[in-house]
Amino acid sequence: MSRPEHLAPPEIFYNDDEARKYTQNSRMINIQLEMAERCMELLMLPEDETCLLLDLGCGSGLSGSIAEDSGHIWFGMDISGSMLKVAKEREVEGDLLLADIGDGVPFQPGTFDGAYSVSTLQWLCNADKSSHKPAKRLYTLFSTLLACLNRNARAVFQFYPENVHQTDLVVSQARKAGFFGGLLVDFPDSSKAKKYFLVLMTGGAMPMPPALGTENSQINYTSKREKMTKGRASKLVKKSREWILEKKERRRRQGRTTREDTKYTGRSRSGRF
Amino acid sequence: MKLLTHNLLSSKSLKGVKVGYPLRIVAKDVKISECEFNKEFVKKIIPKLDWKVFVNAAVEIGQTSDLSDELIEDYEDDDDYLKKVHHLLMEVEIINGELICPETDRVFPISAGIPNLLLNENEVS
Ligand SMILES: C[S@@+](CC[C@H](N)C(=O)[O-])C[C@H]1O[C@@H](n2cnc3c(N)ncnc32)[C@H](O)[C@@H]1O
Repeated sequence: MSRPEHLAPPEIFYNDDEARKYTQNSRMINIQLEMAERCMELLMLPEDETCLLLDLGCGSGLSGSIAEDSGHIWFGMDISGSMLKVAKEREVEGDLLLADIGDGVPFQPGTFDGAYSVSTLQWLCNADKSSHKPAKRLYTLFSTLLACLNRNARAVFQFYPENVHQTDLVVSQARKAGFFGGLLVDFPDSSKAKKYFLVLMTGGAMPMPPALGTENSQINYTSKREKMTKGRASKLVKKSREWILEKKERRRRQGRTTREDTKYTGRSRSGRF
Repeated sequence: MKLLTHNLLSSKSLKGVKVGYPLRIVAKDVKISECEFNKEFVKKIIPKLDWKVFVNAAVEIGQTSDLSDELIEDYEDDDDYLKKVHHLLMEVEIINGELICPETDRVFPISAGIPNLLLNENEVS
């Protein structure tokens, strides 16, 4: 499989065409949403509290919709105007900024309760301009990010490292910038399900969360996900008309196929069939 | 762009800029998009804001409000007050305009609600 980051710089690769394609492929959408959910879980945010989060490389706002579902407020940064345009069309709730995260994250100290990034960090491991030095750009990202996080906040990046050299580069720059933490690999033995997460912590060395699909962690991915989904939908009575409408609205925003609302939506069936 | 974002954003990614805060705003189009009043969030975010910058920004973009330069003391129990803050912070959106770096006067255009913070090669620190 060819890597998009080898083809062109991100702001060129993610043009209008690619941005539209990206947000219409339901198989891909589901993978992005699943990874965003896992990031959200790894952030270990305080329960029942609205947090302010930063989405690094937010694209068309798929990952942001997971933050919204969990009741959080988010800002998104992305280098592609086309991706952000699609995000605006999808009426995401997050405020959007057109910016290169390799130039730094320009927020005031202590702004965010957490930061996450889905499928973006590998782009920074490439030099797209002669002036680009990946190590320096990663260091700028991590050091400015650390400065605008709250105490005890975490940052979680799902990404697609090309080789060990890249994971080493990313981890070493994050540590140099002052973060604790490291790499977490879910389903390390499955070529298909294997996923890399850079889990960064502030304010002291803490144990890494367990990876999924390994022998020493017997956590089942689907059951965990079901639990999460339950948790966040519980604000409204399950199966009520309001609950269904809210859920459908969310699915629409996420670009998933959803049936039209009618006056029958949420009514109980007569039992004849 | 919401005033919440403006209150937390700087231009310190620019080479040579020390603080880069607060950014000046020129608003050409402003839109109100209603969103749910989340009282707990407003209460939680107020201490993080630079209050004077917030009140000034609202005036700068032509929003009239009776919020004074000083944050009132017992805002946590004052629903009306919190709702006013929510409105200015979360519902007023700058659609077209400019953000301007206070140290270098570099202009960052805002179009379709999105500030363009992309830097030229020679502006990166
Ligand atoms: C695979 S998409 C992921 C989008 C979104 N996080 C999701 O999960 O659907 C990668 C995104 O990273 C963005 N990106 C790549 N390099 C970037 C950089 N240096 N700064 C900001 N965004 C970047 C691209 O424009 C693209 O929108």
